Amino acid sequence: MSAVDQTIPYDEAIAQFDPVLGLEVHVELSTATKMFSGAPTEFGAEPNTQVDPVSLGLPGALPVLNAKALESAIRIGLALNCSIASYCRFARKNYFYPDMPKNFQTSQYDEPIAHDGFLDVEVPASEDGTKPAFTYRVDIERAHMEEDTGKSLHVGGSTGRIHGAEYSLVDYNRAGIPLIEIVTRPLTGAGDRVPDVARAYVATLRDLLRALDVSDVKMEQGSLRCDVNLSLRPTPQDPLGTRSETKNVNSLRSVERAVRYEVGRHAAVLLSGAKVVQETRHWHEDTGLTTSGREKSDAEDYRYFPEPDLVPIEPDPAWVESLRATLPEPPAERRRRLTTEWGFSEPEMRDVLNAGALDLVEATVAAGASPATARKWWMGELARRANVEGTDLSALPVTPAQVAELQGLVDAGTLTDRLAREALEGVLAGEGSPTEVVASRNLAMVSDESALIAAVDAAVAANPDVADKIRAGKVQAAGALIGAVMKDMRGKADAARVRELVLERVGS
Amino acid sequence: MSSSVNELVHWNASRLSEALVAKVVSSEEVTQAHLDRIAAVDGPAETGVHAFLHVAAESALARAREIDADRAKGAVLGALAGVPIGVKDVLTTRGMPTTCGSRMLQGWVPPYDATVVRELHAAGLVVLGKTNMDEFAMGSTTEHSAYGPTRNPWDPTRIPGGSGGGSAAALAAFEAPLTIGSDTGGSIRQPAAVTGTVGVKPTYGGVSRYGLVALASSLDQAGPCARTVLDTALLHAVIAGHDPYDSTSIPADVPDVVGAARQGASGDLTGVRVGVVTELSGEGYEAGVTARFTEAVALMREAGAEVVELSLPNLVHALAAYYLILPSEASSNLAKFDGMRYGLRVTPEGEHVTAEQVMRATRAAGFGDEAKRRIILGTYALSAGYYDAYYGSAQKVRTLVQRDFARAFGQVDVLVSPTAPTTAYRLGEKLDDPLAMYAGDVATIPANLAGIPGMSLPAGLSDDGLPVGLQVLAPQQADDRLYRVGAAVEARLTAQWGGPLLARVPEWKGATA
Repeated sequence: MSAVDQTIPYDEAIAQFDPVLGLEVHVELSTATKMFSGAPTEFGAEPNTQVDPVSLGLPGALPVLNAKALESAIRIGLALNCSIASYCRFARKNYFYPDMPKNFQTSQYDEPIAHDGFLDVEVPASEDGTKPAFTYRVDIERAHMEEDTGKSLHVGGSTGRIHGAEYSLVDYNRAGIPLIEIVTRPLTGAGDRVPDVARAYVATLRDLLRALDVSDVKMEQGSLRCDVNLSLRPTPQDPLGTRSETKNVNSLRSVERAVRYEVGRHAAVLLSGAKVVQETRHWHEDTGLTTSGREKSDAEDYRYFPEPDLVPIEPDPAWVESLRATLPEPPAERRRRLTTEWGFSEPEMRDVLNAGALDLVEATVAAGASPATARKWWMGELARRANVEGTDLSALPVTPAQVAELQGLVDAGTLTDRLAREALEGVLAGEGSPTEVVASRNLAMVSDESALIAAVDAAVAANPDVADKIRAGKVQAAGALIGAVMKDMRGKADAARVRELVLERVGS
Repeated sequence: MSSSVNELVHWNASRLSEALVAKVVSSEEVTQAHLDRIAAVDGPAETGVHAFLHVAAESALARAREIDADRAKGAVLGALAGVPIGVKDVLTTRGMPTTCGSRMLQGWVPPYDATVVRELHAAGLVVLGKTNMDEFAMGSTTEHSAYGPTRNPWDPTRIPGGSGGGSAAALAAFEAPLTIGSDTGGSIRQPAAVTGTVGVKPTYGGVSRYGLVALASSLDQAGPCARTVLDTALLHAVIAGHDPYDSTSIPADVPDVVGAARQGASGDLTGVRVGVVTELSGEGYEAGVTARFTEAVALMREAGAEVVELSLPNLVHALAAYYLILPSEASSNLAKFDGMRYGLRVTPEGEHVTAEQVMRATRAAGFGDEAKRRIILGTYALSAGYYDAYYGSAQKVRTLVQRDFARAFGQVDVLVSPTAPTTAYRLGEKLDDPLAMYAGDVATIPANLAGIPGMSLPAGLSDDGLPVGLQVLAPQQADDRLYRVGAAVEARLTAQWGGPLLARVPEWKGATA
């Protein structure tokens, strides 16, 4: 492990340099089979079970392009406002590594399937409100298809890295999984907001890919992986500086942190009078640091040449147009539309988005709940539950329709908020729909006035001293009687109505 | 022929087929006869023909008995059901070793069959074993086999051609009536020429490459080898056709090669336009080769063909282009042999040995000199800064060669040339002169560059008593023309000779060790 690099504080660094950002995002497509063969692609399966002669690179095996992967690639390209190549080929990227079954990666080189697009990204205002929200257009250089490699597991040693390991195991389950690599052009002009732009881009891209239904986009499982390229220059008029490539920055927060860290590190190098080394760097989630990987000089030569085992791809323009028709509403547009339709504030909407609750809230509203109550459930009680259980909101065993049904019972006066939470408890425990749970747990509010009056009278009779105090004008003493009635009714009464009745029956 | 030889091994596949259908013989008898012949002449490696690297006697006999049982039950079987065959060791065979003639794959048993092998099984052919070859199909003599060379049945001191010397020699030594070869620059046709047998490189994409261990993906093509044009056609029909597992496979019907061979057998070529390629004759071609070729052309004219001479000017650059494209693709295709997953693994001495060191040691020990030579050449040709000058220029030449052929086939139906400039030279003669060996491919490689089909068939014996091959070339997907013309020439020559050329192969006496 190399020594910790010198850095200077971000604010100090960004005041003296102009940052240029580049992002390379690898997306694993959620196709049932691999890029070039019929091997299955299940995540988390026993090592070396999702393989066949092609994905193991056995002698004699040949690739055949997965039509679904091509379709996904084109849809991604279209959603990124790219031109779709009318003719393109795969190429072989030659280098030796044990997790590469053929010792070349079948990828695209100078003929990507999609090129020259853009993605408009809404960068939110800073937390403290001092920096306003703005829209940044991320220019997309290309989106190309390639196959994933296997995974090496280094056993022994302390770091889990290859250095110091006693031996390594290779799992080829991931080898041949279809990947789309989306590469931005050098992104300039972000200034001190460069970490926010980076994060907002990856978040927007993730939302877009999820809406396209082409990938699981789970950063923690590696189905969306981000490499952050960064360089600094003294002023925007200067030529681009030397960049570092920080690999596998695999959460939105890490993207932001890695950019901040690299800005500080580059600045420290430049201010010391040294030169930035063009290299690959590793991101460490725990320490928030990057460390030097291999040096990446221009001497590295992948000896690309067109893959002779595959035929050129010439997508039928009519087919491409039919795929364009399947594109979902762009996430940024949808967000703007829903914010207006629902009457949410920007921070409210941001919370919903960050919690991954947009689809859930939308479906709940569609099922009849008001936007405000839908948000209240998903961002309140359900968010708390998801947090406790450590799952995603969408993984909770409750449907948007059930949440809407629950809210309907509140609106109808059948449940108080507290009772509704109890009913939700039952739904989450698998006891059935909200209505079923209300029935089985006997949660419905007592709406029988005579039963309430009887309970109030009983409470007054049992507490004559309290009744006297109320009659003497100490209205706040009514709380004790209300509490007694609510207890008697097991909470299934409207507290406001009970209060009215208490005052009425005491005769104050 | 010695009387101890079972006559069945001299029968051609079509005759065996008829006898099997008529139940005059059983597949078990035929298979046993060939296994006996292999046992008699193929070994030992130092002095025998050494056409086979692996003989699968048990599974062959079991399969033969299955076919016999099916036939007894009245099952409808393919034309070649029950006929034995040898498969070049470059095609994967499930449960049967596949070495590609390399130490690198010693002991490797593939878990899957090549599509061609699957087709053979489906058609009821009986696989006798795997035939010898130059390592990873790189060479023209089989001397680059890690397991020792194959010997030419015409003269044990001479090369059987390569890389598919095993598949050709097995036919000429009557160890098998049919074999499968693969042809990247002539590896089916040149061995056929120097052993007096027939071999066809089909149209690129005509026969599946799935399971054919790749040398140069854009040039490789598996194909049929036999002792007669009709037998070759029968085998061609079995293995050709579209395969969804090979992206470069042509999704079209296979031309009627068997019908064309039967048509040609009449010896009539009336209306067929034949082009003699100026660039593939003359200087560099042995007098005996040129003489037989000239006679064959005259014969075609007698048969009614219209013969013209045609120039394909870019063919003079074909050899140079080929020896850039082939090593480039080979350097990448052979990268997978690194000791990590299958085959040979060499772990260097010492502590803290890394995967990279294992790869290096394995490749140093596993590849022979010719493989290393081509890997280094190809790695260089693909390197940044050299790519355009070497690989890029070679691809341009390739396009020009294709255009030359397209133009020529606008004027003629087939092109003809000698298959190889020389007859079989002596083992060891060109081993230390790779360029001289490469030059022997000059007439065969243009077809691979252009993706067109080509056949070599016997044209007679040279003055030294060794076979000379006639090459016939046709446009893409017109493989049937090879068979029409080949069968006509074969019919007329066989009549002249008073029997097949292979009847003159001396009885195998073995090499002196």
